[in-house]
Amino acid sequence: MDEQDKSIGKRNTEHVVEVLDLTKRFGKFTAVNRISFEVCKGEVFGLLGANGAGKTTLIRMLCGLLRPTEGVARVVGYDVVHHPERVKFSIGYMSQKFSLYEDLTVAENIRFFGGIYGMKKKDLAKAGEAMIRKLRLEGVENRLIGTLPLGWKQRIAFSIAVLHRPGLVFLDEPTSGVDPVTRRQFWEMILETACEGFTIIVTTHYMDEAEYCDRIAIMTNGIIAGLDSPENLQNQFNVSSMEDLFWKITRERKTVDSITGI
Amino acid sequence: MKRFLAFTIKEFRHIHRDTRTLLILFGIPVVEIVIFGYVVTNEIRHVPVVILDKSKDVTTQKITDRILASPWFLEETKVKSEKEIHDLFKRGNVRLAVIFGQDFEKKLMRREKVPVQVIADGSDPNAARLMVGYLTAIVIQAQKDLNKGMDKRGRLFIKSRMEFNPELKGAFMFVPGTIAMILMLISAMMTSISIAREKETGTMEAMLVSPLHPLQIILGKVVPYVVIAFIDAVIIMALGGAIFGVPLKGSLFLLIGEVILFIFLSLSLGIMFSTMSSTQMEAMFLSFFALLLPTVLLSGFIYPVEDMPVALQWFSTLMPARWFIVILKSIMLKGAGFLFVWKETLILAGMTLVFLLVSIKKFTIRLE
Amino acid sequence: MRTILIIIQKEFLQIFRNRMILPMIFIVPLVQMLILVYAATMEVKHIDLLVVDRDNSQYSRGLISKLSGMKIYRVAVIPTAGKEAETCLLDNSADAVLEIPPDCERLLMQRQNSSVQLRMDAVDGMAAGIINQYTSLTINNYHKKWLASLMPGNAGNDLSQIRVIPRYWYNPGLNYKHYMLPGILVILVTIMGMFLSAINLVREKELGTIEQINVTPIRRIHFIPGKLIPFWIIALVELSFGLTIGWLLFRVPVRGSLLLLFGFTSVYLLAVMGIGLFLAALSRTQQQLMFVYFFVMLTFLLMSGLFTPVESMPQWAQTVNHINPFAYFMRVIRMILLKGSGFRDILPEFISMSIYAVAALILAVWRYRKTI
Repeated sequence: MDEQDKSIGKRNTEHVVEVLDLTKRFGKFTAVNRISFEVCKGEVFGLLGANGAGKTTLIRMLCGLLRPTEGVARVVGYDVVHHPERVKFSIGYMSQKFSLYEDLTVAENIRFFGGIYGMKKKDLAKAGEAMIRKLRLEGVENRLIGTLPLGWKQRIAFSIAVLHRPGLVFLDEPTSGVDPVTRRQFWEMILETACEGFTIIVTTHYMDEAEYCDRIAIMTNGIIAGLDSPENLQNQFNVSSMEDLFWKITRERKTVDSITGI
Repeated sequence: MKRFLAFTIKEFRHIHRDTRTLLILFGIPVVEIVIFGYVVTNEIRHVPVVILDKSKDVTTQKITDRILASPWFLEETKVKSEKEIHDLFKRGNVRLAVIFGQDFEKKLMRREKVPVQVIADGSDPNAARLMVGYLTAIVIQAQKDLNKGMDKRGRLFIKSRMEFNPELKGAFMFVPGTIAMILMLISAMMTSISIAREKETGTMEAMLVSPLHPLQIILGKVVPYVVIAFIDAVIIMALGGAIFGVPLKGSLFLLIGEVILFIFLSLSLGIMFSTMSSTQMEAMFLSFFALLLPTVLLSGFIYPVEDMPVALQWFSTLMPARWFIVILKSIMLKGAGFLFVWKETLILAGMTLVFLLVSIKKFTIRLE
Repeated sequence: MRTILIIIQKEFLQIFRNRMILPMIFIVPLVQMLILVYAATMEVKHIDLLVVDRDNSQYSRGLISKLSGMKIYRVAVIPTAGKEAETCLLDNSADAVLEIPPDCERLLMQRQNSSVQLRMDAVDGMAAGIINQYTSLTINNYHKKWLASLMPGNAGNDLSQIRVIPRYWYNPGLNYKHYMLPGILVILVTIMGMFLSAINLVREKELGTIEQINVTPIRRIHFIPGKLIPFWIIALVELSFGLTIGWLLFRVPVRGSLLLLFGFTSVYLLAVMGIGLFLAALSRTQQQLMFVYFFVMLTFLLMSGLFTPVESMPQWAQTVNHINPFAYFMRVIRMILLKGSGFRDILPEFISMSIYAVAALILAVWRYRKTI
């Protein structure tokens, strides 16, 4: 069993996420319909789509929060269906609601989540200080999260998600409800982190954010209607902007199969 | 008027779709009346008793037989000494012990005074009093029968008649209270649902901007729940009558009127409460635990108001349920007409008005 | 292990930041206890008696004056049966009506039997029973004395040879407060422990912070205790607080071992919190939980012997009570406080509650899914 795991690990060091025919049904409704794709190490991978396209459901399955109905998904080498808990050691997650505890301070949130991930006290203290410095929140660490502006919460949530240095980070609509300037600043933060070697999987319904990604998968009604780098997709579909791309793809989804890119 | 109707119908649909809540709204009254009727009772039954008979003569045996034949006492076990009694009490296996001393019959024959020792577990004082009371009655009756031969002239008989409830059923006390309590509960809950939904879906703003007058909005919200609560009241009364024999001696029409009034009152109270609390959770928590428990205990539902300390009696006058219970008992159990309950009805109507007005005022304040 | 401590720490931080909590823990129970304990009494404190004296004789007047002299009676007298006699029971102005017929004394003087009629408002069956007993006794005593004064030397006619001598153990003063207060403590401790912990969990579900927890590698076996322990501690603090107030204000005794009481309460709390968590895992919103919880609690609480003795309940109710944790606690707390029962006396309940606790907690942990 161990041998097999190791060899699986070795074969797929290039792919941090491998998804094959992944499906999720809620009763009669199919939220995610036989999706297949791979994500490489160090990539910034975007999942684009309108609300209800299935992005969040997909992410939840990859994080081990939701059990797939059919199909296989391997995240950081572990099968999501059989070993969801092992997956969780090596990933970070930031939800749509920036789930921090509003009635705890910044520092308390840091200590809490760091501790849950098993970070040692010293390491946690150092990482926490570094985080505060990086975010320029000195003097703010003892304020309750609930009192902070949305943009700050966003950055704090992200930083806490990567505090324990997971190789792979899932961000589910991390920029929802935030103004364009703050959004852009946030993406700078994401890209910085990517440069440090993290793999980042982001979902969003903002088309312009696709430009920041190495590759994007456009989702509509539970399937992937297009998957490639933003430029390639624009060329492929003969459009000059992401909005047009999205428009065209979702119109034509019936004739376009999901494309797996390498 | 048309708008008002449309609004009310919308509220009906909302409720209709929420099956889980519907289950609770209709199922609970049934469960509660059964529980209250059967379980909550002031009477005592099956009291585990132990009898220590040091004489073991005919008389003590007769008395023992009567005790055990009565509907209140059950023999738990037999003992030989008083020490055993101590242990049994401590373990809670026995609640009453009867001890006959030695030479019981002999002493009786010699016209001496003979004691019967009775030990009752006093931790529940009411039960203890009742136990001793019933036991004493049994002994007195036995004594009377023993004295049958003696010449008794110039006796005074007391003819007792129990009005309205000849069988002394406990349910008569509790069913009206249960009706009041459940109606109040459901109304409080239902207004919380209503307000919560308004908050979650944000439709309240839309309504406030509409040409509906705040009064219409509140009434529109309230009416569907009045119907539901009314159905619940009917269910409870029907069950009360069918299972426990609680009668309806008075005018059905009057009763229906009073019930509807009380429902309106409870709903208004619930709404008023919700508008006064900052969070939804607070409203519910407060209304359940800070309002309900005192109401149950101070409204005369279980404990009679007249026997409470004066301060609490004053407090009790603020409880709408207290007046409603009086009305219910008068109409259902005594067959009283409006002439007898007009005072209480007026009080209820007044309270309803106050609650409604406060709610509307709070409402209009929120608009600004 | 450390993870459990981290969760506990976070919970406490949140609990004490909640401005509602502290007043709730201390003030609400205090108020409840004061109101409830004073209100809860079944003693008939006074009887509104209307006497229709159609005899107007020395006998009847003597009887009336005896009744009037007793504190418990509020006597009103009218000479003839009229409308008032009819309606006083209907309009709740009297609890009982005593009618003395016109020839009462004359018949008695002629050594014949006479009778009086006592009509009672029996809506409150128990009170009516007590009024009947008490008034009959009073009238009979009066009659005996009257007979004795009329025919001296008839002492041998004294019927009451057999005298019942009652003794009330554990509560000789028949103090109802001593009975009620433990019951109220049960309610308080249960709410603090069971309800708060459950609502807390559902709240995290509603807010979405539970997701952030589920995505971490934390194990259920650490998370659940971490969530429960703070409220377990608070519930025990509540118990201490309640006992102290009970003793200070009402002199409720603590005859048994406090250690035993807290020990049993701890096990009890585990059982009910397990159930609470199980309910929480089933609920999506705080509202749902509250409805379900409230009715479950109300029902089981009533059946637990809070107001009325368990033995008086029908057989089916007593059977159900075997799985009613409140019933166990209600019984044990009264036994320990009022009777001074020891460990061996409550051993059966202790064992049952332990089994219950284990089962409930296993159920709760099993039902809680990190992956839905």
